[in-house]
Amino acid sequence: MIYLRLFYEFFKTGLFAIGGGLATLPFLSKMSETTGWFTKSQLADMIAVSESTPGPMGVNMATYVGFVTGGIPGAVVATAGLVAPSIIVILIVAAFLKAFKDNPYVASGFYGLRPASTGLIAAAGIGVIGIALFGAGHTVTLANAAQLISWKAVILMAVMVVLTRFVPKVKDLHPIVFILIAAAAGMIFHFAG
Amino acid sequence: MPILLDLVLTFFRVGIMTFGGGYAMLPMLQREVVENKHWATEEELVDYFAIGQCTPGIIAVNTATFIGQKQKGTLGGILATVGVVLPSLLIISVLAGVITTFADLQIVKDAFAGVRACVCVLIFNAVCKLWKSAIIDKPTLAIFLLVTAGSLFIDVSPVVFVVLAAIAGILIKKWEARK
Repeated sequence: MIYLRLFYEFFKTGLFAIGGGLATLPFLSKMSETTGWFTKSQLADMIAVSESTPGPMGVNMATYVGFVTGGIPGAVVATAGLVAPSIIVILIVAAFLKAFKDNPYVASGFYGLRPASTGLIAAAGIGVIGIALFGAGHTVTLANAAQLISWKAVILMAVMVVLTRFVPKVKDLHPIVFILIAAAAGMIFHFAG
Repeated sequence: MPILLDLVLTFFRVGIMTFGGGYAMLPMLQREVVENKHWATEEELVDYFAIGQCTPGIIAVNTATFIGQKQKGTLGGILATVGVVLPSLLIISVLAGVITTFADLQIVKDAFAGVRACVCVLIFNAVCKLWKSAIIDKPTLAIFLLVTAGSLFIDVSPVVFVVLAAIAGILIKKWEARK
Protein backbone atom coordinates (compact mmCIF):
# COMPACT_ATOMS: atom_id res chain seq x y z
CA MET A 1 0.00 0.00 0.00
CA ILE A 2 2.01 2.90 -1.39
CA TYR A 3 -0.01 5.68 0.27
CA LEU A 4 0.39 4.20 3.73
CA ARG A 5 4.12 3.84 3.13
CA LEU A 6 4.38 7.45 1.89
CA PHE A 7 2.55 8.68 4.95
CA TYR A 8 4.76 6.61 7.25
CA GLU A 9 8.06 7.68 5.65
CA PHE A 10 7.18 11.38 5.71
CA PHE A 11 5.72 11.14 9.21
CA LYS A 12 9.16 9.88 10.31
CA THR A 13 10.84 12.77 8.47
CA GLY A 14 8.51 15.28 10.10
CA LEU A 15 9.06 13.75 13.52
CA PHE A 16 12.86 13.66 13.45
CA ALA A 17 13.77 16.68 11.29
CA ILE A 18 14.09 19.51 13.75
CA GLY A 19 14.62 23.07 12.55
CA GLY A 20 14.39 24.63 9.10
CA GLY A 21 13.60 23.16 5.70
CA LEU A 22 17.11 21.87 5.05
CA ALA A 23 16.86 19.71 8.19
CA THR A 24 14.71 17.35 6.12
CA LEU A 25 17.56 16.74 3.65
CA PRO A 26 19.43 13.92 5.40
CA PHE A 27 16.14 12.08 5.88
CA LEU A 28 15.20 12.45 2.24
CA SER A 29 18.63 11.24 1.23
CA LYS A 30 18.14 8.14 3.36
CA MET A 31 14.64 7.69 1.96
CA SER A 32 16.04 7.68 -1.57
CA GLU A 33 18.30 4.76 -0.60
CA THR A 34 15.74 2.68 1.28
CA THR A 35 12.67 3.14 -0.91
CA GLY A 36 14.08 3.80 -4.39
CA TRP A 37 11.23 6.26 -4.99
CA PHE A 38 13.65 8.83 -6.37
CA THR A 39 17.36 9.04 -7.14
CA LYS A 40 19.98 11.23 -5.49
CA SER A 41 20.18 13.39 -8.61
CA GLN A 42 16.40 13.83 -8.57
CA LEU A 43 16.82 14.94 -4.98
CA ALA A 44 19.33 17.59 -6.07
CA ASP A 45 16.86 18.77 -8.73
CA MET A 46 14.13 18.91 -6.11
CA ILE A 47 16.20 21.19 -3.92
CA ALA A 48 16.64 23.61 -6.81
CA VAL A 49 12.93 23.42 -7.57
CA SER A 50 11.89 23.95 -3.95
CA GLU A 51 14.06 27.02 -3.83
CA SER A 52 12.44 28.45 -6.93
CA THR A 53 8.79 27.96 -6.04
CA PRO A 54 6.82 29.57 -3.22
CA GLY A 55 6.13 27.70 -0.01
CA PRO A 56 8.26 26.21 2.75
CA MET A 57 10.98 23.97 1.32
CA GLY A 58 10.23 20.86 3.41
CA VAL A 59 6.63 20.94 2.24
CA ASN A 60 7.65 21.43 -1.38
CA MET A 61 9.95 18.42 -1.19
CA ALA A 62 7.27 16.20 0.40
CA THR A 63 4.73 17.27 -2.22
CA TYR A 64 7.14 16.59 -5.08
CA VAL A 65 8.20 13.14 -3.86
CA GLY A 66 4.59 12.24 -3.13
CA PHE A 67 3.50 13.39 -6.58
CA VAL A 68 6.24 11.51 -8.41
CA THR A 69 5.48 8.37 -6.41
CA GLY A 70 1.68 8.41 -6.24
CA GLY A 71 0.17 11.30 -8.22
CA ILE A 72 -1.99 13.93 -6.54
CA PRO A 73 -3.24 11.59 -3.76
CA GLY A 74 0.43 10.75 -3.12
CA ALA A 75 1.32 14.45 -2.86
CA VAL A 76 -1.48 15.04 -0.35
CA VAL A 77 -0.63 11.96 1.72
CA ALA A 78 3.13 12.72 1.85
CA THR A 79 2.48 16.33 2.89
CA ALA A 80 -0.04 15.22 5.51
CA GLY A 81 2.53 12.77 6.87
CA LEU A 82 5.18 15.48 7.07
CA VAL A 83 3.03 17.98 8.96
CA ALA A 84 1.18 15.53 11.25
CA PRO A 85 3.97 15.31 13.90
CA SER A 86 4.27 19.13 13.98
CA ILE A 87 0.56 19.54 14.54
CA ILE A 88 0.45 16.92 17.29
CA VAL A 89 3.53 18.19 19.13
CA ILE A 90 2.62 21.89 18.85
CA LEU A 91 -0.93 21.27 20.09
CA ILE A 92 0.55 19.55 23.15
CA VAL A 93 3.15 22.30 23.69
CA ALA A 94 0.47 25.00 23.32
CA ALA A 95 -1.69 23.33 25.97
CA PHE A 96 1.35 22.99 28.21
CA LEU A 97 2.28 26.67 27.78
CA LYS A 98 -1.25 27.75 28.58
CA ALA A 99 -1.16 25.76 31.80
CA PHE A 100 2.30 27.01 32.82
CA LYS A 101 2.31 30.54 31.43
CA ASP A 102 2.51 32.07 34.89
CA ASN A 103 5.30 29.77 36.03
CA PRO A 104 8.42 31.87 36.74
CA TYR A 105 10.71 29.24 35.17
CA VAL A 106 8.79 29.36 31.91
CA ALA A 107 8.90 33.17 31.92
CA SER A 108 12.65 33.34 32.55
CA GLY A 109 13.24 30.52 30.06
CA PHE A 110 11.59 32.67 27.40
CA TYR A 111 13.63 35.65 28.52
CA GLY A 112 16.68 33.67 27.34
CA LEU A 113 14.94 32.04 24.35
CA ARG A 114 13.84 35.25 22.66
CA PRO A 115 17.30 36.69 21.95
CA ALA A 116 18.51 33.21 20.93
CA SER A 117 15.64 32.82 18.47
CA THR A 118 16.34 36.30 17.10
CA GLY A 119 20.02 35.38 16.78
CA LEU A 120 19.22 32.20 14.82
CA ILE A 121 17.06 34.22 12.44
CA ALA A 122 19.81 36.85 12.06
CA ALA A 123 22.35 34.12 11.27
CA ALA A 124 20.00 32.62 8.66
CA GLY A 125 19.64 36.08 7.13
CA ILE A 126 23.42 36.48 7.00
CA GLY A 127 23.62 33.07 5.31
CA VAL A 128 21.21 34.27 2.62
CA ILE A 129 23.30 37.44 2.16
CA GLY A 130 26.30 35.21 1.46
CA ILE A 131 24.44 33.21 -1.19
CA ALA A 132 22.90 36.33 -2.73
CA LEU A 133 26.27 38.08 -3.03
CA PHE A 134 28.63 35.23 -3.84
CA GLY A 135 26.38 32.44 -5.19
CA ALA A 136 26.00 29.01 -3.60
CA GLY A 137 28.75 26.42 -3.33
CA HIS A 138 31.83 28.64 -3.29
CA THR A 139 34.35 28.96 -0.53
CA VAL A 140 34.72 32.69 -0.16
CA THR A 141 38.12 33.98 0.92
CA LEU A 142 39.50 37.51 1.06
CA ALA A 143 41.47 36.76 -2.12
CA ASN A 144 38.56 35.66 -4.32
CA ALA A 145 35.76 37.72 -2.76
CA ALA A 146 36.27 40.61 -5.17
CA GLN A 147 35.95 38.30 -8.19
CA LEU A 148 32.98 36.31 -6.92
CA ILE A 149 30.90 39.18 -5.62
CA SER A 150 27.83 40.10 -7.64
CA TRP A 151 27.76 43.89 -7.80
CA LYS A 152 24.25 43.76 -9.20
CA ALA A 153 23.11 42.03 -6.01
CA VAL A 154 24.96 44.59 -3.86
CA ILE A 155 23.19 47.44 -5.62
CA LEU A 156 19.77 45.74 -5.43
CA MET A 157 20.27 45.09 -1.72
CA ALA A 158 21.21 48.72 -1.09
CA VAL A 159 18.15 49.89 -3.04
CA MET A 160 15.95 47.50 -1.03
CA VAL A 161 17.35 48.75 2.29
CA VAL A 162 16.54 52.33 1.28
CA LEU A 163 13.06 51.45 -0.05
CA THR A 164 12.01 49.28 2.90
CA ARG A 165 13.41 51.45 5.68
CA PHE A 166 13.72 55.08 4.66
CA VAL A 167 11.26 56.10 1.93
CA PRO A 168 8.02 57.33 3.53
CA LYS A 169 4.87 55.43 2.44
CA VAL A 170 6.92 53.02 0.28
CA LYS A 171 8.43 51.41 3.37
CA ASP A 172 4.95 50.50 4.62
CA LEU A 173 4.09 48.54 1.46
CA HIS A 174 3.52 44.81 1.76
CA PRO A 175 6.82 42.84 1.70
CA ILE A 176 5.61 40.85 -1.33
CA VAL A 177 5.80 44.08 -3.38
CA PHE A 178 9.55 44.23 -2.78
CA ILE A 179 9.94 40.53 -3.62
CA LEU A 180 8.19 41.10 -6.95
CA ILE A 181 10.31 44.20 -7.72
CA ALA A 182 13.44 42.17 -6.94
CA ALA A 183 12.29 39.30 -9.19
CA ALA A 184 11.68 41.77 -12.02
CA ALA A 185 15.07 43.42 -11.46
CA GLY A 186 16.67 39.96 -11.47
CA MET A 187 15.10 39.09 -14.82
CA ILE A 188 15.84 42.45 -16.47
CA PHE A 189 19.46 42.66 -15.36
CA HIS A 190 20.23 38.90 -15.62
CA PHE A 191 21.22 38.38 -11.99
CA ALA A 192 22.09 34.72 -12.37
CA GLY A 193 24.85 35.73 -14.82
CA MET B 1 -15.56 36.34 7.47
CA PRO B 2 -15.72 33.21 9.67
CA ILE B 3 -12.46 32.91 11.59
CA LEU B 4 -11.73 29.37 10.33
CA LEU B 5 -11.96 30.45 6.69
CA ASP B 6 -9.92 33.54 7.53
CA LEU B 7 -7.19 31.32 9.04
CA VAL B 8 -6.98 29.18 5.90
CA LEU B 9 -6.91 32.16 3.54
CA THR B 10 -4.43 34.21 5.58
CA PHE B 11 -1.98 31.31 5.90
CA PHE B 12 -2.51 30.48 2.23
CA ARG B 13 -1.31 34.03 1.48
CA VAL B 14 1.67 33.59 3.82
CA GLY B 15 2.56 30.26 2.18
CA ILE B 16 2.39 31.55 -1.38
CA MET B 17 4.53 34.59 -0.53
CA THR B 18 7.27 32.61 1.20
CA PHE B 19 10.25 31.94 -1.03
CA GLY B 20 12.91 29.74 0.56
CA GLY B 21 12.92 28.42 4.08
CA GLY B 22 10.82 29.12 7.14
CA TYR B 23 12.78 32.25 7.97
CA ALA B 24 11.68 33.91 4.73
CA MET B 25 8.17 33.52 6.12
CA LEU B 26 8.85 35.84 9.04
CA PRO B 27 8.34 39.19 7.25
CA MET B 28 5.06 37.88 5.79
CA LEU B 29 3.87 36.68 9.21
CA GLN B 30 4.70 40.04 10.77
CA ARG B 31 2.64 41.82 8.14
CA GLU B 32 -0.31 39.44 7.80
CA VAL B 33 -0.65 37.94 11.29
CA VAL B 34 0.73 40.60 13.65
CA GLU B 35 -0.03 43.89 11.89
CA ASN B 36 -3.14 43.10 9.82
CA LYS B 37 -4.99 40.47 11.85
CA HIS B 38 -3.58 41.06 15.36
CA TRP B 39 -3.61 37.31 15.97
CA ALA B 40 -0.23 37.44 17.73
CA THR B 41 2.24 40.00 19.06
CA GLU B 42 5.86 40.36 17.91
CA GLU B 43 6.82 38.80 21.23
CA GLU B 44 4.62 35.75 20.69
CA LEU B 45 5.99 35.36 17.17
CA VAL B 46 9.56 35.19 18.42
CA ASP B 47 8.44 32.67 21.07
CA TYR B 48 6.79 30.49 18.41
CA PHE B 49 9.92 30.59 16.29
CA ALA B 50 12.03 29.60 19.31
CA ILE B 51 9.74 26.66 20.07
CA GLY B 52 9.54 25.78 16.37
CA GLN B 53 13.35 25.48 16.34
CA CYS B 54 13.45 22.75 18.94
CA THR B 55 10.27 20.77 18.28
CA PRO B 56 9.85 18.25 15.46
CA GLY B 57 8.81 19.45 12.04
CA ILE B 58 9.44 22.48 9.92
CA ILE B 59 9.20 25.94 11.47
CA ALA B 60 6.63 27.24 9.00
CA VAL B 61 4.16 24.53 9.96
CA ASN B 62 4.90 24.78 13.68
CA THR B 63 4.24 28.53 13.66
CA ALA B 64 1.03 28.16 11.65
CA THR B 65 -0.26 25.50 14.04
CA PHE B 66 0.56 27.68 17.06
CA ILE B 67 -1.26 30.75 15.76
CA GLY B 68 -4.25 28.76 14.49
CA GLN B 69 -4.52 26.93 17.80
CA LYS B 70 -4.49 30.20 19.71
CA GLN B 71 -7.35 31.57 17.61
CA LYS B 72 -9.61 28.56 17.33
CA GLY B 73 -8.26 25.53 19.19
CA THR B 74 -7.22 22.25 17.57
CA LEU B 75 -9.31 22.76 14.43
CA GLY B 76 -7.83 26.25 14.02
CA GLY B 77 -4.31 24.82 14.28
CA ILE B 78 -5.03 22.20 11.65
CA LEU B 79 -6.71 24.63 9.25
CA ALA B 80 -3.92 27.22 9.50
CA THR B 81 -1.50 24.43 8.59
CA VAL B 82 -3.68 23.36 5.66
CA GLY B 83 -3.60 26.98 4.48
CA VAL B 84 0.18 27.26 4.66
CA VAL B 85 0.86 23.99 2.75
CA LEU B 86 -1.88 24.40 0.14
CA PRO B 87 0.13 26.68 -2.21
CA SER B 88 2.96 24.11 -2.31
CA LEU B 89 0.53 21.28 -3.05
CA LEU B 90 -1.13 23.19 -5.87
CA ILE B 91 1.99 24.68 -7.46
CA ILE B 92 4.20 21.60 -7.26
CA SER B 93 1.43 19.29 -8.50
CA VAL B 94 0.78 21.56 -11.50
CA LEU B 95 4.47 22.00 -12.29
CA ALA B 96 5.59 18.45 -11.45
CA GLY B 97 5.77 17.27 -15.04
CA VAL B 98 7.95 20.14 -16.23
CA ILE B 99 9.46 21.09 -12.91
CA THR B 100 13.12 20.32 -13.49
CA THR B 101 12.99 22.20 -16.80
CA PHE B 102 11.30 25.06 -14.96
CA ALA B 103 14.08 25.34 -12.40
CA ASP B 104 16.67 25.32 -15.21
CA LEU B 105 15.14 28.21 -17.15
CA GLN B 106 17.50 31.18 -17.26
CA ILE B 107 14.68 33.62 -16.55
CA VAL B 108 13.64 31.67 -13.44
CA LYS B 109 17.23 31.58 -12.18
CA ASP B 110 17.57 35.34 -12.77
CA ALA B 111 14.31 36.08 -10.96
CA PHE B 112 15.26 34.02 -7.92
CA ALA B 113 18.74 35.48 -7.72
CA GLY B 114 16.98 38.85 -7.45
CA VAL B 115 14.50 37.51 -4.89
CA ARG B 116 17.34 36.23 -2.68
CA ALA B 117 18.93 39.69 -2.54
CA CYS B 118 15.58 41.06 -1.40
CA VAL B 119 14.77 38.27 1.07
CA CYS B 120 17.89 38.91 3.14
CA VAL B 121 16.97 42.59 3.45
CA LEU B 122 13.45 41.61 4.53
CA ILE B 123 14.84 39.17 7.11
CA PHE B 124 17.14 41.91 8.39
CA ASN B 125 14.13 44.23 8.78
CA ALA B 126 12.21 41.45 10.53
CA VAL B 127 15.07 40.99 13.00
CA CYS B 128 15.01 44.73 13.74
CA LYS B 129 11.31 44.46 14.63
CA LEU B 130 11.89 41.41 16.85
CA TRP B 131 14.82 43.16 18.50
CA LYS B 132 12.57 45.38 20.64
CA SER B 133 10.80 42.48 22.30
CA ALA B 134 13.82 40.18 22.56
CA ILE B 135 16.92 42.24 23.32
CA ILE B 136 15.96 44.24 26.38
CA ASP B 137 19.15 44.36 28.47
CA LYS B 138 22.84 43.40 28.51
CA PRO B 139 22.40 39.64 29.15
CA THR B 140 19.90 39.30 26.28
CA LEU B 141 22.28 41.25 23.99
CA ALA B 142 25.05 38.82 24.96
CA ILE B 143 22.83 35.80 24.22
CA PHE B 144 21.89 37.29 20.84
CA LEU B 145 25.52 37.89 19.84
CA LEU B 146 26.69 34.48 21.05
CA VAL B 147 23.93 32.58 19.26
CA THR B 148 24.32 34.56 16.02
CA ALA B 149 28.08 33.94 15.96
CA GLY B 150 27.71 30.35 17.17
CA SER B 151 25.20 29.37 14.55
CA LEU B 152 27.29 31.02 11.79
CA PHE B 153 30.57 29.34 12.72
CA ILE B 154 29.77 26.13 14.61
CA ASP B 155 28.03 23.26 12.87
CA VAL B 156 25.54 22.12 15.52
CA SER B 157 21.77 21.86 15.57
CA PRO B 158 19.83 25.01 16.54
CA VAL B 159 18.25 22.88 19.27
CA VAL B 160 21.51 23.14 21.24
CA PHE B 161 21.43 26.95 21.20
CA VAL B 162 17.76 27.10 22.08
CA VAL B 163 18.12 24.75 25.06
CA LEU B 164 21.27 26.50 26.34
CA ALA B 165 19.63 29.92 26.00
CA ALA B 166 16.57 28.81 27.98
CA ILE B 167 18.81 27.48 30.75
CA ALA B 168 20.85 30.71 30.66
CA GLY B 169 17.64 32.73 30.95
CA ILE B 170 16.54 30.81 34.04
CA LEU B 171 19.98 31.11 35.67
CA ILE B 172 20.30 34.85 34.94
CA LYS B 173 16.87 35.56 36.39
CA LYS B 174 17.64 33.49 39.50
CA TRP B 175 20.94 35.29 39.98
CA GLU B 176 19.28 38.70 39.53
CA ALA B 177 16.61 37.77 42.08
CA ARG B 178 19.25 36.83 44.62
CA LYS B 179 21.06 40.16 44.30
